[in-house]
Amino acid sequence: MNGFLFDAIIYLAAGIICVPIMKKLGLSSVLGYLIAGVFIGPYVFGFIGQKGEDIMHFAEFGVVMMLFVIGLELDPKKFWRMRRYILGMGTFQLVGSVAVLFFAIIFLLGWQWNSALAVALALSLSSTAIVLQTLQEKNLGKTFAGKASFAVLLYQDIAVIPILAILPLLGTIEMDVVSEYSVIAELSGWVQALLVLGSIVGVSLSGRYVVIPLLRIVSRTHLRELFTAATLLVVFGVSYLMQLVGLSPALGAFMAGLVLANSEFRYELEGDIAPFKGLLLGLFFIGVGASINFPLILSQPIFIFVFVLVLMLFKFFILFALGLIYRKKIDQNFLFSLLLSQSGEFGFVILSFAATIRLITMDIAGAMMAVIALSMVFTPFLLLLNERWIAPNFGVKEDDEEKDYDAIEEDSEVVIAGFGHFGSTVGRMLKANGIAATVMDHNSERVKVLREMGFKVYYGDATRRDLLEAAGIRKARLFVIAIDDISISISLAETVMKYYPGVKVFVRAKTRTDAYEFIEHGIEHVYREYLYAAIEVSEDILSLLGFRKYTAYRQGIRFIQHDQKMTRDLALRRHDEKEYLAKRKEEVELQEEVLKGDLYSSLGAVDHSWDSEALKKKKE
Amino acid sequence: MNILIIFAHPLFEKSKVNKRMLHKLPQSYHLTVHDLYEEYPNFEIDISREKELLLAHDLIIWQHPMYWYSCPALLKQWIDLVLEHGWAYGVGGYALKGKMLLQIVSVGAARENYCQKGKDRYTIPELFEPFSQTAQVCGMSYLPPYVIHGTHVLAKEDIEEKTTNYAKFIRHALNEEIRWDKLSSYHYTSDWFTELLKKNEE
Repeated sequence: MNGFLFDAIIYLAAGIICVPIMKKLGLSSVLGYLIAGVFIGPYVFGFIGQKGEDIMHFAEFGVVMMLFVIGLELDPKKFWRMRRYILGMGTFQLVGSVAVLFFAIIFLLGWQWNSALAVALALSLSSTAIVLQTLQEKNLGKTFAGKASFAVLLYQDIAVIPILAILPLLGTIEMDVVSEYSVIAELSGWVQALLVLGSIVGVSLSGRYVVIPLLRIVSRTHLRELFTAATLLVVFGVSYLMQLVGLSPALGAFMAGLVLANSEFRYELEGDIAPFKGLLLGLFFIGVGASINFPLILSQPIFIFVFVLVLMLFKFFILFALGLIYRKKIDQNFLFSLLLSQSGEFGFVILSFAATIRLITMDIAGAMMAVIALSMVFTPFLLLLNERWIAPNFGVKEDDEEKDYDAIEEDSEVVIAGFGHFGSTVGRMLKANGIAATVMDHNSERVKVLREMGFKVYYGDATRRDLLEAAGIRKARLFVIAIDDISISISLAETVMKYYPGVKVFVRAKTRTDAYEFIEHGIEHVYREYLYAAIEVSEDILSLLGFRKYTAYRQGIRFIQHDQKMTRDLALRRHDEKEYLAKRKEEVELQEEVLKGDLYSSLGAVDHSWDSEALKKKKE
Repeated sequence: MNILIIFAHPLFEKSKVNKRMLHKLPQSYHLTVHDLYEEYPNFEIDISREKELLLAHDLIIWQHPMYWYSCPALLKQWIDLVLEHGWAYGVGGYALKGKMLLQIVSVGAARENYCQKGKDRYTIPELFEPFSQTAQVCGMSYLPPYVIHGTHVLAKEDIEEKTTNYAKFIRHALNEEIRWDKLSSYHYTSDWFTELLKKNEE
């Protein structure tokens, strides 16, 4: 009954049953996972034994990956623009929460100061996983509450690094049991701190000089699954290294993400890891639910519940004060303060680390972990409460004053997929006219060069919707497809037309057959690449043979118009005819049809405006 | 005197009169024929080049068939683009000051049509007021137009005579100075020149 498959079935089934039920009830998916975890956990149905700890170890990878992605998304430019929020709000929240919790614990519970500090540090951090998931689900990312939450969480995520470095310096308390084996637990405080800093430096250096070159090599193989494999390898590798020195794998992944954020692979990495991240995060929440130690809670229910309540109240009021300082609308402030009022997964990390280095007892660690888990469970309910009863009383939902903040996303109006000879010419022409197009390309070497030249370039497969989103397709007005492969171009065009109907699709066709295909797929703006060059050559030839340049020029324009119309007609007629025959039509036959069209069009004999001969004839 | 003929004809290959006119033009270092529709088939005029040409010549001629009482579109485009503020007119715009401007036009209908009681109700100098005013603003002396009437009906011999006279006129302008005060009282410059030719014959 303990087979891997059985476990997998239990987790997946629990998630698939609970999450839709919660969604149906208007609750967040996080709650669904948590409740699923509680049900399959050891204290309800007991499907998963060992108190859920085993899966927690595995599911922590969800958090690891999430932090990797957060690191990836942390564009230094964006960070710099948000510095007021990140540094100001982050510092206030963290210092305020730690101070309040620290003194509360010392005065109310009378713990030792170093234990109290470790616990205060652990509890002051909020749950990035829950909050980001909620923001994404409710599409609140662009509101003040969303941005401020992100800023505070970011600060906390970064703060974990120094916190973990400081903990060993706080000394140890007297304790008999050594809980877990770790390489650094035996070392003295200073050595441990140095080791922590050393590994951080190590991760950033190896990221730049090992991982990025490695990804370049992998990307050149043009095998998508290999790139996914490389991405996972990076995350697992960093996590393993971090565990080896007794540090949080999540931190390592965050660092790795940061290092890779500036590489051209940012969006490709993000997209590759997204499905794993989502699944494992779900698993992580299930793990949290399953690991809630009900006997422990039941043994001291009043202490635990009051602790959770007081903890969340403290955190709420500190955040609310913060919102007041930044003079935000009251509904946004409620949302912001409630969103971040729980403690999070980093609390687990810090508590287990503190226990490892004997800073706190296992009892305290267990109780505090239960507190954290409960606070996480309460969050979705609190948000629901806010949504139903608090927010409606404060009217204002959208805040216009934050519009300037939105200007961060300076997405361009034109996205060009494929930056070969054709796409790059389009891009250059637009750039020459002050329009910075966003470019998507599959060739990592080219991407590098273009970036250095100041183009906004995304590396990766343009048919992927996540990458399209990253490139700002939502805000674009035009999407130019300049990809050689006809089937990729068509599927790309269809994706864009289906999901982003407001975006005009311009497509380059290499051949007449390609043009027919595009037209049949309902694409309006089809450009046959050779048509224009061929016409220009013909114009120059005509001129050299004695034609007036202006006449040659007009004939060229009219020929292009005639050809475009005929291409459209033939494409649609081709569709009407027996499909079998139509599809097998060779280029030569097409050519024949085209030439016939030219004969009947009687080109060049339609102009009488300046022709006095014609006038004379009419007079006669 | 350096002469610049700015020539505008969108369908020159089918023209009768203008083709003969250009054909008969003398070769001279002091005469430049500038074929607008051949130079700028896509209407994208090289302004600085046009300015240089203007500066290098004293008598500027706009030669074109008359379309709808006006000039072909490209010549209008040329006027709009080349005669820039601060260069041709306005503050600091003296580049063309003192030059002469002459319009040489071929007109389909007979001369009699162009009067108050005629079909076309206005005389050609009246109709060309916008051009003459443009020259005025640019500080140029606008000569009475040189007009060849009746191109729709002219017999071959008439065309030959008129175009030969045109070539003679250009030659005359190249050799002897054309003076605005001598011409300004004439309806057409072509009238003045026919008179001059007659006088010379006598």
